[in-house]
Amino acid sequence: MATGIKDKVAIIGMGCTKFGERWDAGSEHLAVEAFTEALTDAGIEKNQIGAAWYGSALDNVNVGNSAIPLSTALRFEGIPVSRVENMCATGTEALRGAVYAVAAGAVDIALAIGVEKLKDTGFGGLPPIFKGTFNDLWLPYGSAPAGFAQLASGYQSKYKLNREDFKKSLAHVSWKSHQNGVHNPKAHLQRAIDMDSILTAPIIAEPLGLYDCCGVSDGAACAIVTTPEIAKSLGKTDLVSIKALQLSLSAGRESGMADWDASYVRNTRIASQNAYKEAGIKNPRQELDMIEVHDCFSVTELVTMEDLAISNDGEAVKDILDGFYDADGGVPCQIDGGLKCFGHPIAASGLRMAYEGYLQLLGRAGDRQLDKVDLALTHNLGGVPYNGVAAVSIIGRYNN
Amino acid sequence: MSESGITGYGTYLPSFKISRKLIADENSWAIPALRSLGKGHRRFCSWDEDAITMGVESLRSCLQSQPSINVNSLIFASTSAPYADYQNATSVALAADLPPDLKVMDVAGSLRASTSALITALHSNSNGTSYIVASDKRRAKPGSIQEIQYAAGSATLAVGSENIIAKFVDSHSIVTQFIDHYRSGEQNYDYSWEERWIRDEGYLKIVPQTVAKLLNKTNISADEISYFCMPGSISRLGITLAKRIGINADAVVDNLMPEVGDTGTPQALLIFTAALEKAKPGEKILLVGFGAGCDAILFECTEAIANYKPDLNLSDVIDSGESVEKYTQFLSFSDEFSVDWGMRAEFDSKVAISQLYRAQDQMSGFNGGQCPDCKTTQFPVLATCVNCGSTSKQVSIRLADIEAKVSTFTQDYLQYYPAPPMYWGLVQFKNDARLLMEIVGVRQNELRVGDELKMVYRIKQKDQKRGLHRYFWKATPVYSQGS
Repeated sequence: MATGIKDKVAIIGMGCTKFGERWDAGSEHLAVEAFTEALTDAGIEKNQIGAAWYGSALDNVNVGNSAIPLSTALRFEGIPVSRVENMCATGTEALRGAVYAVAAGAVDIALAIGVEKLKDTGFGGLPPIFKGTFNDLWLPYGSAPAGFAQLASGYQSKYKLNREDFKKSLAHVSWKSHQNGVHNPKAHLQRAIDMDSILTAPIIAEPLGLYDCCGVSDGAACAIVTTPEIAKSLGKTDLVSIKALQLSLSAGRESGMADWDASYVRNTRIASQNAYKEAGIKNPRQELDMIEVHDCFSVTELVTMEDLAISNDGEAVKDILDGFYDADGGVPCQIDGGLKCFGHPIAASGLRMAYEGYLQLLGRAGDRQLDKVDLALTHNLGGVPYNGVAAVSIIGRYNN
Repeated sequence: MSESGITGYGTYLPSFKISRKLIADENSWAIPALRSLGKGHRRFCSWDEDAITMGVESLRSCLQSQPSINVNSLIFASTSAPYADYQNATSVALAADLPPDLKVMDVAGSLRASTSALITALHSNSNGTSYIVASDKRRAKPGSIQEIQYAAGSATLAVGSENIIAKFVDSHSIVTQFIDHYRSGEQNYDYSWEERWIRDEGYLKIVPQTVAKLLNKTNISADEISYFCMPGSISRLGITLAKRIGINADAVVDNLMPEVGDTGTPQALLIFTAALEKAKPGEKILLVGFGAGCDAILFECTEAIANYKPDLNLSDVIDSGESVEKYTQFLSFSDEFSVDWGMRAEFDSKVAISQLYRAQDQMSGFNGGQCPDCKTTQFPVLATCVNCGSTSKQVSIRLADIEAKVSTFTQDYLQYYPAPPMYWGLVQFKNDARLLMEIVGVRQNELRVGDELKMVYRIKQKDQKRGLHRYFWKATPVYSQGS
């Protein structure tokens, strides 16, 4: 009988690069930057790492496929290094690989690292992604914001919201993240944006304007994990442990059958419920102290508040406008600035979110440190709302 | 030989039209003389239409009015068919869901290809139905007279021996090396001789001579003709010819030049369908095709024409349409102007041909599947049922003619698309199938969740490097019905 991952693995070191247009750095430089910070934080030697999981999503614009680019960058000779890719959940996938290896007893200490270099394409936004020789014959070749804008269409239609009111709630989502990003020196964008600019920005995919979209940037983030016992033997106190790691993928129903109304993301609902069960959380609105969610677009964050069962269905708009998810609200969301301010180097984002939870749990979040953090949730959403992958992770204080 | 004749017809005109005055004004700095031709409109294709896609639509329109009976053959007539070696007729037949046991051929060579194909079908001693699909998207250089006169469109005629609405009486054809215009295989544009010579030495001599022989052998006098269908772009050509031949002036059918333009091979057939829409039992129709010779075909309408209802009325189609006010948009859609679409337009779109072959029923025929176990209708048809996961072979269900509605949509301004913004979203079919589709023909801000959609066959993506484009189905709001 499976017992879940709760408290079986501890994070002993994390690293995260400055995110942004890193014209100065390639993938390998980003990997070294994040890894060096994590190794110092963990206080171990490189040769104590028994295996590594490397996430990179867009091999066609990055360093190519396989894990060799990472083993070369970090000079990991002779240990198992695997490359994982699961769209925007890639970083979390790397963490799952490392955590499960430690929990299984296969290795004592493992590394999870996500690295993405997107700014070598020559243009803004994500590059078009290959969908396979069969899908390319019929699937509309739309952009990522347009894929997520389908949610706006479904949500507005279901709750009979007029465009202006809906746009205001979406704008608040972005406004709040920019307010938070000001306090994060590692964020790509570190300035506040006024509501008017957000509301009047050019439309990218109706109803999403420029500020409803996260940026595209370069970055890397990583985690070094081990068992709580080994962590203690290394002299670590105040441990941060993994409480839940869940993943849910589409199997074609949302986009292929009539029952999905496009007002929510089914995978986030499934993954979060499984994560709450794994972590023993009964009331997420009361128990979670902070959440870092996949705000690739403002509308994604809005529906995610309901998908995580923190807002009731149809009430995310009200909670958002009430400031419930602001830095001083009931459940601060994107206290580090989110994808909105960090940009979204795809494979790095999941681990970047965990990095913020880790810093907050250890009281190391500087100007944006929250008063009380015992449980932090991270959420990634890869692909598109109707055909994608959702990852929900929960980390917290190790209590045993 | 058993009796043969026309048993049905269908038409298609692209919805976009541009005023000739706009074309003339845009070029007046260089060619001021064009201003004298700046009257009326011409139709032109959207970026994702060509002779194949328009042919599919006119054939579907024909099949709507007259379901196919014992389909025997399809002849595709075009001088602008997208492929020189890759049977265009096959693509048209499969997209329109004709059965695979079928004789097909492409014909070209002159604008007379459509009437010559029709004569071939009318003379064939077959019991089944033959479809003559004429379709052209005619290219013309910016600033040319052709740019003002040419157009795009398609017409389909069904030929058979049952339920005839216009009985074939007889035909006569002659050949001569009269070159009013020509285009070599290596060239993109027609090269035309002086219009006065074309009229006086060509039309006014060759057509009367051909028609006279036809009337002589059928023992019918010119004044018995109720409808004279004469293609060509020269003004008053029909009237002048009618007078010379002895046909009553009021028998001349409008050649569609004012508001459609010279569509090429389909022009004669489009004029003919306009006559069929009005004709009464017993009336005679003379149809002429012109180009390196002449075809003259005589029909007599039967009692059945009184009850025949076309899918679309050509005059309604002509009255609809969307006027485009930007000359460069017209040029870009017509492949005469290259917009800098940026780096997002650089990505390769090579078709995996072996994959396309495996999926041809889905891609051409728009056939989804119904799971034999749980009865769920779905698209695409994958190895397992979307609902129950069954691996049982699904029953093919065509989605092209199923009612559908908008479930979700957006206007995508980011993705490269030759006609931005790209509308796309989830389309819900009445039979439970659902899929993501491009939505075309949307007028600004006129789309809502729940709006009704119909399906059209279009180019999904062009492979500019290798020329094998992806064709697939798109949804379009029903308000653009018929245009």
